[in-house]
Amino acid sequence: MFAFIARRLVATIPVLLFVAVFVFMLLRLTPGDPAAVIAGDNATSDQVDAIRAKLGLDEPLLTQFYIWFSRMLSGDFGESFFFKKTVAELITQRIEPTLMLSLCTIVLSVSIAIPLGVWAAARQGGWVDRIVMGFSVMGFSVPTFVIGYLLIYIFAIQFSWLPVQGYRRLSEGLDEFALRMILPSFTLATIFVALVSRITRASVIETLGEDYIRTARAKGLPARTVLLRHALRNAAVPIVTVIGIGIAALIGGAIITESVYNIPGIGRLTVDAVLARDFPVIQIVILVFSVAYVLINLVIDLAYSVLDPRIRY
Amino acid sequence: MKLFWKRFVGAAAVAGALALAAPAQAQTFRVVMHSDLKILDPIWTTAYIVRNHGYLVWDTLFAMDEKFDVKPQMVEKWSVSDDKLTYTFTLRDGLEWHDGKPVTAEDCVASIKRWGAKDSMGQKLMGTTKELKVVDAKTFQLVLKEPYGLVLQSLGKPSSNVPFMMPKRVAETDPNTQIKTADVIGSGPFIFKADEWKPGEKVVYVKNPKYKPRNEPPSGLAGGKVAKVDRVEWVHIADVQTAMNALINGEVDMVESPGHDLLPVLEQEKDIKLVNANPTGNQFTFRFNVLHKPFDNAKIRQAAIVAMSQEPFLQAVVGDKKWYKTCKAMFICGTPLETTAGMENVLNGDSAKAAQLLKEAGYDGTPVVLMQSTDLQVLTNLAPVAKAQLERAGFKVDMQSMDWQTLVARRNKKDPPNAGGWNAFLTSWVAADILNPVMAGFLNASCDKAMFGWPCDQEIEKLRDQFSRESDPAKQKAIAEAVQKRWVEYPTHVHLGQWYSPIAVRKNVEGNMLAPVTVFWNVTKK
Repeated sequence: MFAFIARRLVATIPVLLFVAVFVFMLLRLTPGDPAAVIAGDNATSDQVDAIRAKLGLDEPLLTQFYIWFSRMLSGDFGESFFFKKTVAELITQRIEPTLMLSLCTIVLSVSIAIPLGVWAAARQGGWVDRIVMGFSVMGFSVPTFVIGYLLIYIFAIQFSWLPVQGYRRLSEGLDEFALRMILPSFTLATIFVALVSRITRASVIETLGEDYIRTARAKGLPARTVLLRHALRNAAVPIVTVIGIGIAALIGGAIITESVYNIPGIGRLTVDAVLARDFPVIQIVILVFSVAYVLINLVIDLAYSVLDPRIRY
Repeated sequence: MKLFWKRFVGAAAVAGALALAAPAQAQTFRVVMHSDLKILDPIWTTAYIVRNHGYLVWDTLFAMDEKFDVKPQMVEKWSVSDDKLTYTFTLRDGLEWHDGKPVTAEDCVASIKRWGAKDSMGQKLMGTTKELKVVDAKTFQLVLKEPYGLVLQSLGKPSSNVPFMMPKRVAETDPNTQIKTADVIGSGPFIFKADEWKPGEKVVYVKNPKYKPRNEPPSGLAGGKVAKVDRVEWVHIADVQTAMNALINGEVDMVESPGHDLLPVLEQEKDIKLVNANPTGNQFTFRFNVLHKPFDNAKIRQAAIVAMSQEPFLQAVVGDKKWYKTCKAMFICGTPLETTAGMENVLNGDSAKAAQLLKEAGYDGTPVVLMQSTDLQVLTNLAPVAKAQLERAGFKVDMQSMDWQTLVARRNKKDPPNAGGWNAFLTSWVAADILNPVMAGFLNASCDKAMFGWPCDQEIEKLRDQFSRESDPAKQKAIAEAVQKRWVEYPTHVHLGQWYSPIAVRKNVEGNMLAPVTVFWNVTKK
């Protein structure tokens, strides 16, 4: 097992190297000039040139890459072109809201979607199944921002039960944190509930047709035990895969929800950095996403062996 | 039981007395500005959000009031020698930096030098300056090589780059290097809270308890800057719909740029009011690149200004007539230099006459590469209108869509349009930046040294120089008229009408200043 983990971690090095080079080159080839953004709309060409020189953007590409890469290897992730802050500092500030939003969304999604999926599978073809699948189709079809604005209109504007926007860190109090997490988590959870409940239903239905389920029933086990202990556990591998991919996608992909609810997360940092061509920030954020994807996939693989003892590495 | 009531009444009385004695709750004013504050140095960049941040933290020697007159601000008194070459400025008593040190003449001299190295109007002033010298702790002199009529207008320049006064050690920072976060120390009415600044989330300022406002009532950017709220928080909400919802829900007190499409919704809200705090507004502008065909030919550019008319542009973006005005005056309607001299036959949408001019100019059908910005709502619809108006006159137009930052990078390129260059694009100016021929960046016709588009016309430059040396308002106006008439012959850009962006505030907010910049002194919450 440890050898497997070590092999997988070593295998990430070329992946990250490729990502680093690719992102660096892609940014330099993309139209747009951070010096022009910094200088502002009323700046003259001379002012823009002076800032470009100051940032080292007038150096040859290879020199720029060498400077950036050697600094990165020594643990210096550089400084944002705009904020007088290091990239590490910016990411540290923004990672908590995104991780918390992802965590709340996943907890909420799993605790709603798996029971719904199992229930729908157990009542396959019945009205429960139809309602769950109907909601699932709706969850997939309605864009996240529509759900977001709708929830804001009902629960924040009409009833004034919850705030429209913002984020409070856990250290500022659980109640303040929770109040601002409810609507974004429900908004994001909609699509994950739709996805996970569908996968759960399909996987459990498939498992329910297996011989060992018939054997378990023949032994006289209660239906609930058959469903939860035998069917669900054996159906877990695809469900875990979907949840894992969902977590990875959330870390980098919650940008719309973060925008609608004004959550200063890593997704918004990325978009702001891309719009402003803040190269040092974009490069490191994408590397962080890559590391997150690799690690989450590793955890998923390890989870397989826990859920299914036949899988061994 | 009696004892219980005695104790209860006693406790209630003590609690009541304590409540009365407690200080009033600190008042926080939460605002959604037009963008996030990423840069802290208002000399390093011309970005408006940084300028607005500057007005909270730093103070200016002079400032423009709501009648466009320049009034002393940090300066107590000033004088000019008979030969108009030596200006002497004396600072007010009691001016202090946020770190407690006194503001000195040395600080001001260093600040003017840094600003003068960066700002276009500052560069012009420094170009005619022989010497800036400290007389004593509170007095300094500006000695000119030749008389210059815009000394006070330059030092009281309302918009980017504003000559903010900084402590000497900060002002000695290279103008092309941003000042450090810890050096955001001013003498203005609010103090920047570096420890609470979270880029992309919020910026916090607290009232400067030691600030000594002038005695005059506030007017525009001049007069007494009295901070009436204890704390100003700029909450960054990127999504304008969310900003509006937060305002309606009372989570923020003001939205600086609510967007024209949301104004009808806000007008219906009983707790919200719309205030046109910047009565001079903004001006849409079409910029020519004179380096390449077809706009290298002045007559073809004349055809363009004859073909265009302002109303369709304003309708396409703003819509409601309440928030726009057609105005042929280059230097903004409602200002001292407002004039329609020379404008009779242009901006009338006369495509027949434009077609005739194109024929006379020998237009060969070279397509106009028109850059369209697609990610800024206020600019997106302008390019299609320009394309339609130009095509009606017989131009061929190749409209290329891109995001604003791509456009900003491309507009600096002098290459031909088919090699990554361009012929034209549209933008918008804040009126405060274009109030006279020297301030108006697009009128700079100094060839290579001019702004992107690089117009090159000795006559315009001669008139701009004359304007800068003139201090008599009547003569300045005559020169402005001459500039406008010359512009009709040698168009550098096209002004496409004035538009206004009201701020949306909750009705319990009072005292928003009528000024070209959103400022936070005098504002209070009931």
